[in-house]
Formats: sequence, C-alpha cells, structure tokens
Amino acid sequence: MSKTPALQVVTANDLLSGDVVFLSSGGCWRRELQHATLVRTAGDAAFLMAQAEQHEAYVVGPYLAEVMQDDAGRLEPVHYRERIRTLGPSNRPDLGRQAEGLAEVTHVSV
Amino acid sequence: MYRYDEFDDRFVRERVASFRSQVERRLSGALTEDEFKPLRLQNGLYLQLHAYMLRVAIPYGTLDAPQMRQLAMIAERWDKGYGHFTTRQNIQFNWPTLQDVPAILDALADVGMHAIQTSGNCIRNVTADHFAGAAADEIEDPRPTAEILRQWSGGHPEFAFLPRKFKIAVTGSPNDRAVTKAHDIGLRMLRNAAGEPGYEVIVGGGLGRTPMIGKVIREFLPKNDLLAYLESVLRVYNLHGRRDNKYKARIKILVHESKLENIRAEVEAEFERLMAEEAGPTHALSAKEVARIEACFAPPAFDDAPDRALDLDAALAADTDFRAWVKTNVTGHRQSGYRIVTVSLKLIGEAPGDASADQMRALADIAERYSVNELRVSHEQNIVLPHVRAVDLPEVFACLQQAGLATANIGQITDIIACPGMDYCALATARSIPVAQDIANHFSSPAQAAEIGKLQIKISGCINACGHHHVGHIGILGLEKAGIESYQITLGGDATETTAIGEYAGPGFAYDDVVPAIQRLMDAYLALRANPDEIFLQVYRRLGAAPFKAALYPASNGSTGSGSGGSGKRPPEPKPHLIASAQAHQATQAQFVFYHF
Repeated sequence: MSKTPALQVVTANDLLSGDVVFLSSGGCWRRELQHATLVRTAGDAAFLMAQAEQHEAYVVGPYLAEVMQDDAGRLEPVHYRERIRTLGPSNRPDLGRQAEGLAEVTHVSV
Repeated sequence: MYRYDEFDDRFVRERVASFRSQVERRLSGALTEDEFKPLRLQNGLYLQLHAYMLRVAIPYGTLDAPQMRQLAMIAERWDKGYGHFTTRQNIQFNWPTLQDVPAILDALADVGMHAIQTSGNCIRNVTADHFAGAAADEIEDPRPTAEILRQWSGGHPEFAFLPRKFKIAVTGSPNDRAVTKAHDIGLRMLRNAAGEPGYEVIVGGGLGRTPMIGKVIREFLPKNDLLAYLESVLRVYNLHGRRDNKYKARIKILVHESKLENIRAEVEAEFERLMAEEAGPTHALSAKEVARIEACFAPPAFDDAPDRALDLDAALAADTDFRAWVKTNVTGHRQSGYRIVTVSLKLIGEAPGDASADQMRALADIAERYSVNELRVSHEQNIVLPHVRAVDLPEVFACLQQAGLATANIGQITDIIACPGMDYCALATARSIPVAQDIANHFSSPAQAAEIGKLQIKISGCINACGHHHVGHIGILGLEKAGIESYQITLGGDATETTAIGEYAGPGFAYDDVVPAIQRLMDAYLALRANPDEIFLQVYRRLGAAPFKAALYPASNGSTGSGSGGSGKRPPEPKPHLIASAQAHQATQAQFVFYHF
C-alpha cells in the first residue's frame, strides 16, 4: 500500500473536554481524523492555522500534524505521538477513542 | 494528622471560588487561553494528550481514610474510575472536563485537600519519608517540619514566580527514603553533639536533564531557624536564578555555576540579616505554633499488641503467599507489636501507581480498621499503611487479596517506578508504562523475582525524569530517535542516603529490545554475584560497569560504539532544539510542543 507523505491536518484539544479534535470542512472541529481537512501546501497551512486560531472559544493549542493517506484515502498519523493521541493510552484499550470505536487508524501498535 | 484550621479552609475555599470564576470567564470568552493557562496551572490543571489532567497535592504523602474515599468518589464521578499516584506523593486524575474541575476542587476542599501549587514555578508539594512516625530508625518525625513548610510555602507571595519550580523533601531517618539529595532542598533531621535537634540542609540536587546530587550547604541548622534559613535560600535563588533559559533555571544550576561556597555566603548573609531585623526575627518559629503542629502528629495510642501470636505464626507456616507477602511488603515498626505494611500498586501487568476507585475505597476501609485511619503515598508509587498490629497482618492480607492489592513484590524487579510517559503526558518523548508492564510480565514469576532480590528499575518517558531513572539501580529513559521510541539504559543509580546518578550504558534500545536487555543484565548479575545476598547494586559497585555493558551489548563485548561514552562519561544531554532540528524533515509541530511548559 503506497502512502503519500507530507500531508498535514490541523489538530487541537477541545476546550471543554480536552478531547483531540481535527479541523474539518466548513471550519468545524470533528473528533474523527478521517473528516479532517488535508493541508497540502504552505498556503493551506497558513490559511487553516489562521482559521484555527480564531476558534479559541472552542479549542486549545491548534497545530499541524503530519498524516499519511493510503490508496483508499484513509488518513493515518505519521508520528507515534499522534497515533497515541488519536487512539488513547496504548496500555488502556478501554479508554480514549479506541474504546469508543472512533479510532480510525489502521495500525494500533506504535 | 494535621487538620485544616479556619484559615486553611477559608484560603482553599476562596481559591476554589476564584478558579470557578476564571473557568467561567474562559468559557465565556472573557479570558484568552494565554491568560487562562497560567491560572489553571496554578490550580494543578494541565492539558495532556487526550484530556485535562488534575494533579492533587497530598502533603508529604499523608492522607486519612475519608480523604482516600473522596479521591475514589472523584475518580468515579468526574473521571474514569481510577487515579494515578505519582513519584511526588500526589495523585493525578487523567480525564476531568474543564467545567467539572471547580466542583472537583470543592469536593477536595470538603476533606481538606486542594491542587494548589502542584504546577508552576513555585514551591511544590513538600514530600517526606513515607514511613514517617512509624520507622524504627527514625530520629524524629519529619511531618511537623513538612507541615510547617507547607504552611510557609502555600501562597507565599514572594515565591509565587520563581525562576523555576522548587521541590523540598524531608527525612527524619538516617536511611533516606525521601530521596533528599535529588531535591532543590533536602532536609535531613539530626542531632548535634549537644543532642539538640536540627537539620542538615542539602541544596541543589535534582534529576531532569541535568542530574545533580545535592550539596550540604549547612551541616547543622537549629530547628527554630528553619524558616529564616529556607527563606534566605529561596531569596538568593529568586534573585540569581536564571530566567533567560528554563533549562538552566533550577537552583542546582545556580549552585553549580556560582559555586557552593559563594551561594552559602550569600545565604548566610541574608539569614543574618533576617535574624537581626529590628522588629525581631519575623521568621522564627513560635514555640506555641510548633507545639500546635507537633501535637497533630503525636503518635497514635498504640496498645500492648503482642509482637507474635499463635495465629500469626500459624498463618506464616501454612500460607506461602502470606509468608512471601510478609517478607517483601512488611517492615519493622518503632513500636513493638506493630508493623508497617506497604501495599503494592505494581500489580503485575498493570500501570505502576494506578488504583481504581474500588481499590482506593478498600484501602480506606483497611486503613480505618487496621492502621489508625492513616495512609501514605510513597514516592515509589505504592501505598503505606503505617501502623498495623502484627497480629492483624493475616486479616489485612486477606482484605488486600480481596481488593486485588496483595502483590508481594516491594523492592523487587517488578516494583517499578514509571512516569505516565507518552500514553498521557504532553511532554513525553516515549512511552514508559507499557515498558514497565512488559518487564513486570516477563519477570512475573515470584520465584524468579525473589532470586534476583532487591532491585530498583525506574523509567522516565522523557529527560524531565519524573520516573527518577537517574537514581534507579537500572534506569530507563525513553527518547525519540528518528521517529521511533528509543530507550537509554543507565546503571548504578541509587536513591538512598548513598545517592548516585546512574551511568549511561550505551546506545539506546528499540522498544521491543528493552525486556531482552534487562534479561541479559539479570543473567549477568546472577552469574557475577558473590552470594545470594549481594544485590545488583552491590555487584555493580564491586565490579563496575564493564561486565554489565558486555551483557547489554554482547556483539561489541561491552564497547558501546561511537559517541556512546564507553568510558562511562555521560554523553551530552539531548537538546530539544537539536532533536527538532535534526529531525526537521519528519518532525511534526507536535514535537515542538513537548517543550512548551
């Protein structure tokens, strides 16, 4: 499975819950990585980060995180830190996204 | 135990009310995150990988049964049913929501607890020997001193914005169980030649990216001079501590760079000035106040419990599990007929330091019934029942078994300290809990652990060293190397009165190679020890690093390769900006936020 590197998404933590969220189309913040808006260029990055930073009433600490996209178009974090963020604690599969069936990365090992 | 007086209670309640207002203003948009962040941190509220984390102070690790039950209630009502006891004798809740935190702080205040000064560049929760008031080797109970320091440092306006955080530990025993030499200030209670009580004052110890063993700045400080002297140390640090570089801002760097004798001279000058103030020495402790606080820590009314009994002897003879548990988890007490019980929070395969709400409630019940209502949190992430009658040990063991808390492994290879690591912590560079779990699972055989004997493995998930890896007999430091986790091993560290910083052994190991590396170290140790009583650390000190490096790196016969410090010299500490620079081609922005705090 070929994967395209150097794609990014904008991620942050939800202000109320602290939960991991991703900036999605229409400027919405979604908990599902697969709904994240892809950042393909420096221009995309600047635009979406500027948008994210206007959302201080909803999220904390937005930043760009690298993702890969497989042939089926599914997104997967590049860095193991982001994988853990997306899934939940690796020692507690009963906690975090992985426990809610919302984890959408294909590999659970980090 | 110390009970909040009217002032304590009002102070904490006012802080809760203040924080509730701050949360409301953040949610309404009246406060920006930049404005709110320092406010939440001052109240112990961090934002971690998956959620907020609330760090609750447990002063000198001491709490009673109602407090433990309240922690259980909080875990269940506002978190995910468990809490994590830390190496600073605190507890952390990993999943609170922002709007629930004021209610949690109210619930804490109801039992005389709070989360103030568990973050930020202030004097943090004062820690102490977890066997305080019970230890057979104790010169004096360190808790009154720790409580005096709690009251002095809590909300101290002059020290609310120090160059960096500041940690104080106190021990009243010559056998140091509080790691005093790895703190910004360590206090060792002792008596001078005239038999007068006082302290040896140690300054400038610390772990983190630049581990240093504390140095004695005052060999004997009379007890009554405690606050004036510590005030002087803090003033000198506050004045000269570096604020231009957070990695060089701790007092250990100031003492190292300015030389101990110069710092000592400045501290003594400030101390003399304070003691000579025209209005009188305002920092002198009043005898009445000291007596009031000491009375809170008066020994419980021990009864004339027998030291041995037929039932106890019979249980020891008949129950091998009980016998093994007594051997590892029970320590002698200063009072005949009593014992100190250490309850292991290192259940094989579980996260070190984690306890479920049910387990917390069970511990509260056991403490209430068998340990005069007292519990302690140890920096080793276990729970101590300080005053258990020897004859009650079989019943206590049975209760712990029912609660899943009867693991017999204190001081053994599976009694591992581990920080939360990257499974929770925003600062971490690698995971630590799963490494501890894998090692514990691998060495889960009680017979194997007993054969290995006393061994301290300590694991940190980043160079901030919350897992105390520098002072582990075997230290494991998780870092990132080229986008994957890499674990450095240090050897020969020591957290006791013979403090030592572990020696860097060589290149790091991939995650899956850590357990085999530990197994090779154990194989080498068992082959090298002179007798079954010679523990790993003693063998290491007798033979040096070479045979253990050879075991770790068999292909190189102990040579650890380029840049590995084969001579034992510590390599340069990884600098976060260098890591980021070297790996810029693959670094995400996330890597940069590791170092924001």
